[in-house]
Amino acid sequence: MSEGRIKVRIKFSKHGVMRFIGHLDIMRYFQKVFRRAEIDIAYSQGFSPHQIMSFAAPLGVGMESDGEYMDVELCSINSSEDIVNRMNEQMADGMQVLSARVLPDGASNAMASVAAAGYYIRFRDSFVPPQGWRKVIEDFMSQEQILVTKVTKKSEIQMDLKPGIYDFKVSSHDCTDCLYLMVNASSSGNIKPAMVLEEVYKMLDIPFDSFQLLITREDTYLNVGTDEKPEFLPLDLIGEIV
Amino acid sequence: MSELALTDDILMQVEKPARYIGNEINSVVKPSFTVDIRMAMCFPDVYEIGMSHLGIQILYDMFNSWDDVWCERVYSPWPDLDKIMRERQIPLFGLESQEPIKYLDFIGITLQYEMCYTNILQVLDLAGIPFYAKARTEEDPIIMGGGPCAYNPEPIADFFDFFYIGEGETKYREIFDLYKENKEKGGTRIDFLKKICSIQGVYVPQFYDVTYKEDGTIGSMLPNIPEAPVHVTKNMVEDFDRVSYPMKPVVPFIKCTQDRVVLEIQRGCIRGCRFCQAGQLYRPVREKDVDTLKRYAVEMLKNTGHEEISLSSLSSSDYSKLPELIDFLIQSCGEKKVNISLPSLRIDSFSLDVMNKVQDIKKSSLTFAPEAGSQRLRNVINKGLTEENILHGAQMAFEGGWTRVKLYFMLGLPTETSEDIAGIGDLANKIAATFFDVVPKEKRREQIQIVVSTSFFIPKPFTPFQWAPMCSAEQFLDKAYETRKGITSQLNQKRIKYNWHEADVSVLEGVFARGDRRVAKVILSAYQKGCIFDAWSEYYRNDLWMEAFEENQVSIDFYNTRIRSLDEILPWDILDCGVSKEFLKREWENALQEKVSPNCRDKCNGCGAMKYGCGVCVADRSIYNDEETIAKTGEVLA
Ligand code: SF4
Ligand code: SF4
Repeated sequence: MSEGRIKVRIKFSKHGVMRFIGHLDIMRYFQKVFRRAEIDIAYSQGFSPHQIMSFAAPLGVGMESDGEYMDVELCSINSSEDIVNRMNEQMADGMQVLSARVLPDGASNAMASVAAAGYYIRFRDSFVPPQGWRKVIEDFMSQEQILVTKVTKKSEIQMDLKPGIYDFKVSSHDCTDCLYLMVNASSSGNIKPAMVLEEVYKMLDIPFDSFQLLITREDTYLNVGTDEKPEFLPLDLIGEIV
Repeated sequence: MSELALTDDILMQVEKPARYIGNEINSVVKPSFTVDIRMAMCFPDVYEIGMSHLGIQILYDMFNSWDDVWCERVYSPWPDLDKIMRERQIPLFGLESQEPIKYLDFIGITLQYEMCYTNILQVLDLAGIPFYAKARTEEDPIIMGGGPCAYNPEPIADFFDFFYIGEGETKYREIFDLYKENKEKGGTRIDFLKKICSIQGVYVPQFYDVTYKEDGTIGSMLPNIPEAPVHVTKNMVEDFDRVSYPMKPVVPFIKCTQDRVVLEIQRGCIRGCRFCQAGQLYRPVREKDVDTLKRYAVEMLKNTGHEEISLSSLSSSDYSKLPELIDFLIQSCGEKKVNISLPSLRIDSFSLDVMNKVQDIKKSSLTFAPEAGSQRLRNVINKGLTEENILHGAQMAFEGGWTRVKLYFMLGLPTETSEDIAGIGDLANKIAATFFDVVPKEKRREQIQIVVSTSFFIPKPFTPFQWAPMCSAEQFLDKAYETRKGITSQLNQKRIKYNWHEADVSVLEGVFARGDRRVAKVILSAYQKGCIFDAWSEYYRNDLWMEAFEENQVSIDFYNTRIRSLDEILPWDILDCGVSKEFLKREWENALQEKVSPNCRDKCNGCGAMKYGCGVCVADRSIYNDEETIAKTGEVLA
């Protein structure tokens, strides 16, 4: 970060039709938001200067979120509230800026900080297995290992999902029954929620259709504990409202 | 936001779902009960192309500025979605309301290029609207067409209720008022179409009967109702500075061809290149005031958040206040870190200086469009660019550090000979030699690269070449081969790359450009055989097209290679585009005599557009000839 610049972490939500706008287009969208909102954002040097921004864990197309983050560098700032208000005046339907916090010097960027993400999962056809979700999750999590094959462009690797599932339970978020799943979202061990559900369906021996899932990311977390004893806190826990 | 027309499983399996969800910044949603007229503007191609079109942005903004109208947008669903929509019988919908367009009052289809004609049928088909205007009922929307291809709408005339000839900003209010009046009185769609015949620029094809002579040419084309005028005259914006312009253009989420603020600085062109249709259709040239443009630039950047701005016009170098405008943009955009993208300017010291400021020389290339390889043929087409101009421009550019040059030519121009074609390779070679002359070895940062591209000449209506025979596909390919041979025999051939266009598509474009109503059935059969997105080479099916011509017994040669006599009735003769047929004939004669004509600023050629009483026709010509402007814009290089 250059001298005199203010690093700000912005939290936003993404709902409705905006779930079909992919990560790169969301970046382009925000670049234009900053220009329309006339926020004093910092630019890189060079022939075609670009805004300095970094996003935490990109969200898959089709998912909604209440906890997305990006870090930006500003040259000046009036107040957190001013940033939030100005940006919200420029939002497309479905997007909302929730907070803007100034990060302390030396804080690592949003992308590098991400350790986990929480998701609410609903089912389009309100599917509930006969034995009930509580029992299914219990059975699922009592497995020693949950091996999956991850197919990448270069290779196929075997991976155990189990250590990356930090929480899996029935929840009643927004007064509707749904599942809550918290998984590893770090760049090295990222787990997609659909991967976990696919394994659950396999265990139940019913065909899996990812379009049945309605997934909302609840928040994105950093780990303030250790690898062995993780302690997760939302990404906006650091930094302060100015 | 209302429900989406497509379910999640569909949106998740098609490429770029953002094409179909609307909700873009500055898109307009109105409560439908507050408006009297609901309509959609359609660009019959994929979203990214359609969204980049300035004309639709202008009209969308104008229509939505009227309280009683809600205008949505609709584009061609890409083949992946097209297939799903057919399988599941999902009707085509407007992006804003996500509701079927079949229930709207109007659908306006812009006709920017001939190769989109099957996509018009795709849009009608997916929407559930009958192809033929005559088959439509009171329940169907009125289908209107406009844009450059509407200047010979005959090949698609049967599919449209009416065409709007000329610039869209002028007469739609009157048309809509008559529509409302007719609806209140309980009139039918035919009543409405009859009423609007009194409005300038309205052409209702079903009110005209065409007869043909034994030789296949048109015998007569006459109104079959008293309301329809014998000639339909184009509409034109007379006060171009104050005409409505979208201060809040729609900003797409996904990357589009034109992903920037577009400032239309002038309309029309002073240079009557004889192959060029736009140069005739938009006469006379009209400028926007430079202060208006400065204001627009600031406001539009603010309202869109775009990181780039570009100038739009047929020939930006001719804009009289170009240096002042560019200075302003460089200054104000620099502060806001906005890039300036310049349309191809004539290469001269001014433009090189500007390009140097706004682009990375290492990445940019110089573009010349001599269009023909020899001075003789350039005289025929009235292209004022000389070899000396080009070599001088290239020399300055090489001295300034440029190393890449693009050259554009047309093959198959009237009177073209082998010498003219040989001239293409010669010119490219001379440019390469100029580089070696002016840039000493030790200063050659990069090798010179010249890219020569040729397209095939297609005679267009309302140009002096509208009577000219067009080449066949074989002749075109022979010419491309000859061009390549001419290039590979050059000393510097290794530095020259050559690209040419597909000949098949050009042949088809030729038929549509000068076709008559008998071509419609070919377009419909080709569509029914599966042709859509013909402008996309990966979807273009020449075999199916040829089948369609054969089955309908329509001869391509009749429309393309045949020699037309000057007194033949042409399919577009009932339209009056502003320039007179006498002028076009005179220019055709001049072409054959290799005589050039002056541009509108130097001298009026009496083309007929004077009747609009605006723009360059009535301007005080001395303002263009003042010393300072000449020095800055570098009139040396025409
Ligand atoms: S300069 Fe010539 S080719 Fe270009 S728009 Fe004008 S008339 Fe057409
Ligand atoms: S009337 Fe004369 S000045 Fe006006 S457009 Fe025609 S040729 Fe040009």
